[in-house]
Amino acid sequence: MRRRWMAAVAVTVAGMLTLTACGGGGEEGAAQSPQADAAKKVEVFSWWTGPGEADGLQAMKEIFEKQNPGLTFFDAAVAGGSGDKARALLTSKLQADTPPDTFQGHAGAELQGYIKAGDLEPVNFLYDELKLKDVFPQQLVDQISVGGQIYSVPVNIHRSNVMWFNPGVLKEAGVTEVPGTIEEFVAALEKVKQAGKVPLSIGSEWTAVHLLESVLLGSLGTEAYNQLWTANSDWSGPAMTKALNDFKTIMSYAGDPQDDWQPAAKQVADGEAAFNIMGDWAYGYFHNPPDGGLGKKSKTDFDWAPSPGTGGTFMWLSDSFTLPKGAPNRDGAVAWLKVAASKEGQDAFNPKKGSIPARKDADTSLYTDYLADALKDWGSNKLAGSIQHGVTVNDAWRTAINEAVGLFQQSKDVAALQTALADAAKNSGQ
Amino acid sequence: MLVSPSIVAIAVFVYGMLGWNFRLAMTDKHDEVSEGSFVGLENFTGIWDQQRWSLSVNHAIVFTVVFVGGALALGWLLAFLMEKGLRGEGTLRAIYLFPMAISFVATGVVWRWLMNSGIGERAVGLNRLFEVVGLESLQWQWFRDQDWGMAAMAIPAIWQMSGYVMALFLAGFRGVPDDLREAARVDGCTEWQVYRHVVLPLLRPVTLSALIILGHISLKAFDLIVAVSGKQIITDVPAVFMWVAVFDSHDPAKGATIAAYIVIAVSIFVIPYLVWSLRKERRS
Repeated sequence: MRRRWMAAVAVTVAGMLTLTACGGGGEEGAAQSPQADAAKKVEVFSWWTGPGEADGLQAMKEIFEKQNPGLTFFDAAVAGGSGDKARALLTSKLQADTPPDTFQGHAGAELQGYIKAGDLEPVNFLYDELKLKDVFPQQLVDQISVGGQIYSVPVNIHRSNVMWFNPGVLKEAGVTEVPGTIEEFVAALEKVKQAGKVPLSIGSEWTAVHLLESVLLGSLGTEAYNQLWTANSDWSGPAMTKALNDFKTIMSYAGDPQDDWQPAAKQVADGEAAFNIMGDWAYGYFHNPPDGGLGKKSKTDFDWAPSPGTGGTFMWLSDSFTLPKGAPNRDGAVAWLKVAASKEGQDAFNPKKGSIPARKDADTSLYTDYLADALKDWGSNKLAGSIQHGVTVNDAWRTAINEAVGLFQQSKDVAALQTALADAAKNSGQ
Repeated sequence: MLVSPSIVAIAVFVYGMLGWNFRLAMTDKHDEVSEGSFVGLENFTGIWDQQRWSLSVNHAIVFTVVFVGGALALGWLLAFLMEKGLRGEGTLRAIYLFPMAISFVATGVVWRWLMNSGIGERAVGLNRLFEVVGLESLQWQWFRDQDWGMAAMAIPAIWQMSGYVMALFLAGFRGVPDDLREAARVDGCTEWQVYRHVVLPLLRPVTLSALIILGHISLKAFDLIVAVSGKQIITDVPAVFMWVAVFDSHDPAKGATIAAYIVIAVSIFVIPYLVWSLRKERRS
């Protein structure tokens, strides 16, 4: 009896499997027949899924489809801040030689891994065709070129060296002037400490690296900072020792580490802490209405200035799009890059994302409040590239710097930090 | 015949991959594009010069000792109480077993909040609880504590796994025949001596299995730690370091070396157990 049951079950299962197999095959056949469909699809891989950035991407998509009626935009976005998960998936796609038509990457050295592996095609021809070298700042073009080749089209610019502060807390602590140099900053931190508030809020370990890049820039000066990424870098000299000691002093005023940058920024907004050094994506978090942000009023609840010692320098990072070798729809990808590089595309994307366009000819009326400040500085300041956000160092080097700073947070040993940073520079293979 | 497909699959996907990993660990393939030539055990010895490696090994040891010790002790205690015939045993058993059904990631997300390091006015989670019940002195940094952070990290793991250990022990307790206990009692043993000399020795195989199961989970710990604190140095363990080496540093040889060390560490737990159980089988 039992045998017969088993046999019946087996036959049924086998039958169902065959049926589904047929079904699958049938659908595939149906999808393949309008072959043209596949040729029209442009797969755009990004990590823009959050509020603001996803809206910006949507706005660019509309422009893209209007300008290219024959093409459809396929959104292959993968959630996860700063693209951690997206990049892991991208790596496996590239290794399997099935790249998306175009993917997002931080402009600069972070792309080196892809370039070395031969995954990317230079886009100099686009720069020539669209005369992009005239509309992007010269320093930006210089800083993203690798041996004369450019491998991506920057869509937006974020600023890394921004000091956010709570005017109320500063007033309470008797800090009357916004600190402009590192010495003034340390003095202000001390005053806030006396007043019983957290002088400087900090998040998880990467935010300490973010702080370090601002302190390095402020202490070394723009020229020496930019030289760190060239052949005549000096990681072991006395100027670096002084900069790292400044970092140690500033870190000694940091509050308890928070889970990430948002809770750290929130401490400033809530009046628990006085200062926070974070990129200008914090502006959206402070300013946007809840739930996406904190709904605070700029200039009264929170205010900003270039991080101490870095006035006149814009430490930038940028999201950009690339042209992978072997892209299934190369023409479609080039059409997308043209939209991403255009004034119209960048002016549609950036006000929504809360960043500024890489182009100098943007429509200034679209950018208000903080963004107006940033846009003005972008056009006039000296430029320096960010460490933590992939402009000046490749992944291996950045990981080594993060490791050194993480260990420093426990040991507080400046000499060990300097040795580790010098080794990281030597071993980066960059 | 019937098992041969699975033998082939295991040979290829487990032992083949293991071999491939060890071979990769013995090359200098320190980025994704280079070919990598054979360098012997250079990576295995070189890694001990790295401060981060010794730190993560230390963390793994602290985590393992606290987690395995804690889960065994708590599981044993729970099983002991159950065995004494608590009322509502079935319900309690289910309650203690439930955490097992949750993934380490979900556990980690909840405990990250519970173990928030804010103190005083900023306290939330467990620190807040301490404040409410007037035990402010117990507030601490939890997993952000430099010396004992990993012990705090073991707490969610203990919470999750002690119910399982309880179930193992309870089955063990129930497996001890009543007439043995009776005999001991007749011979004049106190209740404590019954446990000490009769029940505990008979529980040795159960304890050993529990030890091995917990031990290998602990040495491979990754998901819980990443869910609680992310990839931070302060809670670095070999498995997280391996992930960073492969996906952030793009250094396959280093990642493979760390993976090899993890396999070796786990096999220190597992191989003696296999030998022991094989011998026992042969004897019976």
